[in-house]
Amino acid sequence: MRHQKIALVIMAVLFALAPLAVYPVFIMKVMTFALFACAFNLLIGYGGLLSFGHAMFLGTAGYAAAHSAKVWGFPPELAILFGTGAAALLGVVTGLLAIRRQGIYFAMITLALAQMIYFYYLQVKFTGGEDGIQAVPRGTLFGFIDLSNIWAMYYTVLVIFLGGFLAIYRVIHSPFGQVLKCIRENEPRAISLGYDTTRYKLLAFVISATLAGLAGATKALVFQLASLTDVHWTMSGEVVLMTLLGGLGTIFGPVVGALIIISMENYLAQLGAWVTIVQGVIFVVCVLTFRRGVIGELASFLKKPL
Amino acid sequence: MAEEIILETRALTKEFKGFVAVKDVSLKVRRGTIHALIGPNGAGKTTCFNLLTHFLEPTRGQIFFKGGEITGSAPARIARMGLVRSFQISAVFPHLTVLENVRVALQRKRGASFDFWRSEQVLRRLDEPARELIDAVGLREFEQTVAVELPYGRKRALEIATTLALDPEMMLLDEPTAGMTHEDVGRIEALIKRVSANRTVLMVEHNLSVVSTLSDTITVLQRGEILAEGNYDSVSKNPAVIEAYLGAER
Repeated sequence: MRHQKIALVIMAVLFALAPLAVYPVFIMKVMTFALFACAFNLLIGYGGLLSFGHAMFLGTAGYAAAHSAKVWGFPPELAILFGTGAAALLGVVTGLLAIRRQGIYFAMITLALAQMIYFYYLQVKFTGGEDGIQAVPRGTLFGFIDLSNIWAMYYTVLVIFLGGFLAIYRVIHSPFGQVLKCIRENEPRAISLGYDTTRYKLLAFVISATLAGLAGATKALVFQLASLTDVHWTMSGEVVLMTLLGGLGTIFGPVVGALIIISMENYLAQLGAWVTIVQGVIFVVCVLTFRRGVIGELASFLKKPL
Repeated sequence: MAEEIILETRALTKEFKGFVAVKDVSLKVRRGTIHALIGPNGAGKTTCFNLLTHFLEPTRGQIFFKGGEITGSAPARIARMGLVRSFQISAVFPHLTVLENVRVALQRKRGASFDFWRSEQVLRRLDEPARELIDAVGLREFEQTVAVELPYGRKRALEIATTLALDPEMMLLDEPTAGMTHEDVGRIEALIKRVSANRTVLMVEHNLSVVSTLSDTITVLQRGEILAEGNYDSVSKNPAVIEAYLGAER
């Protein structure tokens, strides 16, 4: 526990000081994706449920936040809340449909639902179809923090990211998290101890969807854009990749995974389509040689959970 | 009280496609006894357990626990009513410590653990009762060991401790001594004896010495049907049972 707290402080300090050395918009992108991956990891790493449709929560929250900020004139705090709430609601509905199936069937149902959501957003007017919702105003947080100032935006995102990260950390280390881990380890046994495992899995699914939504809503304000990219199935795939690469079922793994993937997309952009191939190769190498992911391997080397 | 029937099945039947695994089994288990279910491989013993705890849906028949029908109740609900099973393949939570394994069962008594906002510090007060149970099954020095690293016999002991943590009125033990070394068998035997003091035990067991020492009543199953029932002496002298076990000439 203590070393996790130390690692957490180091992470917070690194992100707080990072914009001194690196382009802040890039790090904000990393933080939103890191939160997205952490939310996804809560479900697969601690509940043993592979969702292949998590982009629907990221994208839905993005659209809801962007629309409410741009068209309805919501202030940023309410836009983010509204986007997160929309993802939570979608999480309840899709969760109820998907949670009764296990393994690959669960993954397939979440994928199917996400595809339905994707085509819905492609057709309806308010999302702007291929164009997306552009020029979303960042607004003034709580009426006095002007988010068009890059530093104000940066530290707002930092606070949201750390808040979401701590929330996930708490869920993992709660009585609920303890039951969740048991379900991951041995579901029939958890049932035989009297736990209604379906309801625990549903709650985990909704929490995960909600936090993925928080990431999506924040992302829409940072980039002042909500687009189809965020609901596309490749986005669902990308979050799987980030989590696996960083370390499935580790607390810091998804953050590292997001950092690596986003860095590659940013700094290898001139390679064009080759980025996908590089990612594919990294994925294969990861699965073949360091299956536990960067943080997972590090944790087993240090013999401490990270 | 002693003669009261705690668990009863009426004409319990389970058919898989073209195969009857359990056929018309009417079983009565008296409160406070150790009841053994024996029979050759494939006799339907484990299927019976799966039916009792609703891990399988019976084709026909009814199950009553403490006088109420539980035939259609959800598995988790049956467990909460006090009918708790163990599994043939040792069912521990492999990547949790021994203490956590037992504690998660104790945690059930708090009610539903949906409190995801609370720190697990609130579970600390369960550490002490968990330790007592761990002590009772002789795992004290393994308290912080991750369950997957325990030797086989110890895993079974851990599983029994976890089941005991629920303080069930009735325990179903599926081959508690399967695959154990001689001294492990002795330890588990003593343990079952001890924990059966104020509860009912129904167990599937192959080790006849364990069965003869522990059980008050024995039901012999063969090809899904009840072949004989009684105490060890009467059952072991039953010609049909001898034939089923030794395969006398037909």
